[in-house]
Amino acid sequence: MTSPAPGIGARLFAWLEERTGLSVLSDLARKKRVPRHRHTIWYYLGGMTLFLFGIQVGTGILLLLYYRPSASEAFESVQFIMTRVPFGWLIRSIHSWSANLLVLTAFVHMFSVFFLKAYRKPRELTWLSGALLLFLMLGFGFSGYLLPWNELAFFATQVGTQVAGAVPVVGPFTLRLLRGGDLVTGGTLTRFYGFHVAVLPALATLLVGAHLILVQKHGMSVPPGVGKGGDSHDESVPSMPFLPNFLLRDLIGWVAALGILAALAALFPWELGTKADPFAPAPAGIRPEWYFAWMFQTLKLLPSHILGLEGEMLGVLGFGAGGLLLLLVPFLDGGRGGTSGRDRLIVACGWAVVAFMAAMTILVYLPAGK
Amino acid sequence: MSDPGSAQSRRGFLGWFLGTSVGAMCASILYPVARYISPPDVPEAQTSRVVAGRVGDLKPNEGKIFRFGSLPGLLIKTEDGGYRAVSATCTHLNCTVQYRSDLKQIWCACHNGFYDLTGKNVSGPPPRPLDEFKVNVADDEIVVSKT
Repeated sequence: MTSPAPGIGARLFAWLEERTGLSVLSDLARKKRVPRHRHTIWYYLGGMTLFLFGIQVGTGILLLLYYRPSASEAFESVQFIMTRVPFGWLIRSIHSWSANLLVLTAFVHMFSVFFLKAYRKPRELTWLSGALLLFLMLGFGFSGYLLPWNELAFFATQVGTQVAGAVPVVGPFTLRLLRGGDLVTGGTLTRFYGFHVAVLPALATLLVGAHLILVQKHGMSVPPGVGKGGDSHDESVPSMPFLPNFLLRDLIGWVAALGILAALAALFPWELGTKADPFAPAPAGIRPEWYFAWMFQTLKLLPSHILGLEGEMLGVLGFGAGGLLLLLVPFLDGGRGGTSGRDRLIVACGWAVVAFMAAMTILVYLPAGK
Repeated sequence: MSDPGSAQSRRGFLGWFLGTSVGAMCASILYPVARYISPPDVPEAQTSRVVAGRVGDLKPNEGKIFRFGSLPGLLIKTEDGGYRAVSATCTHLNCTVQYRSDLKQIWCACHNGFYDLTGKNVSGPPPRPLDEFKVNVADDEIVVSKT
């Protein structure tokens, strides 16, 4: 009896396999296993962040078709997208909402990795690439916020670039580099557009690639207290295949996220505000996006001078030191075990940072914080 | 047969030569790029005096923003009918300030900084006073100039 002829799909795969060796990838995916334990839910956040990043790329490309990056046309072009282009309001709202959810999932992912100690040897570089990606996402948020050239964005950029300018020694150079001059003008808008659609995406592509390769290489970390703790190859911990079990669960989350995004975009379309006027005073109640609110509030509460130094400069130096400490977490950690005094101090610092950021953010949104 | 010591020194020289050439090539690419991304100084006409408005523009205890060259200034008509003008760029983080007639103070909405009518920082995070301008009324025009 002769076997049936292979279908067109199998023949196409065989053709591609002969020329590219694609099966290496599918073999890798088939071998990959994901540990199952009480903390498994946190494993889905990285994939969710990546999914939202994909949404940003897709909707961002669509917005590029109509957006015009100049001070005289930017606001009007976004207005045109939202009022005249079919489904323009939807694409722009999804881009804005997805950006916010992306930053949220990236932060939750970072804190879950931190508290589950998934940054420990040999995953130091995975942490480092992830922390740099988080900074990049904040850079995307900051640069994208200016692009509609509205009043809030104008002053947020004024403040944000001045914050960068307050760094001793390199501050003045950075400020001019970011603004494209001494003031926030149309030149700044053009630069931010360049950062947002070219420089940051190029860096993000490299870093996302490196991050995924490292995750693939080391597998998922098993947190301390589960099995033998810390070993992704720990056979005492039950696991499931990545393909298809974990990926299908991932997909459910992505479909849910898409539903949430569509609902948010439809029910709460992202506002455009009023066009930026460099000669208008900053409006009452001005505040940045929620993920920068804790920094905004800190700068608001710092007195003008502390120990003879300007408060804003100390605040900015504090944020810089915090960012550096975040990058260095794996190298400050005591290593495996999780019971040493240093380990407990690091966890306590993590909770203190979460509490500080949450408290400062809440203060911004309370009437008294305005 | 060649001397191994001289081959070694030739290899070392070639390594040094190639290394410095690559270094010089990288520098010749990076230097123009670095200079290119740093914006040039655009010379602007120095503004020392502008007409900020007309006498009837403001009621007592009211303020308005005016252009002083490329920067904003704040003109205030005080309750006694006098005029005061200061730079409207907050000394904290560069937001544009406004006059609060309810408090009779200058206010920055960004981080809740307050200044008095002479531009002196009185509360909140601003570290320095606002620059004060000289105001003259000539005919119907309010002329603001650098002090």
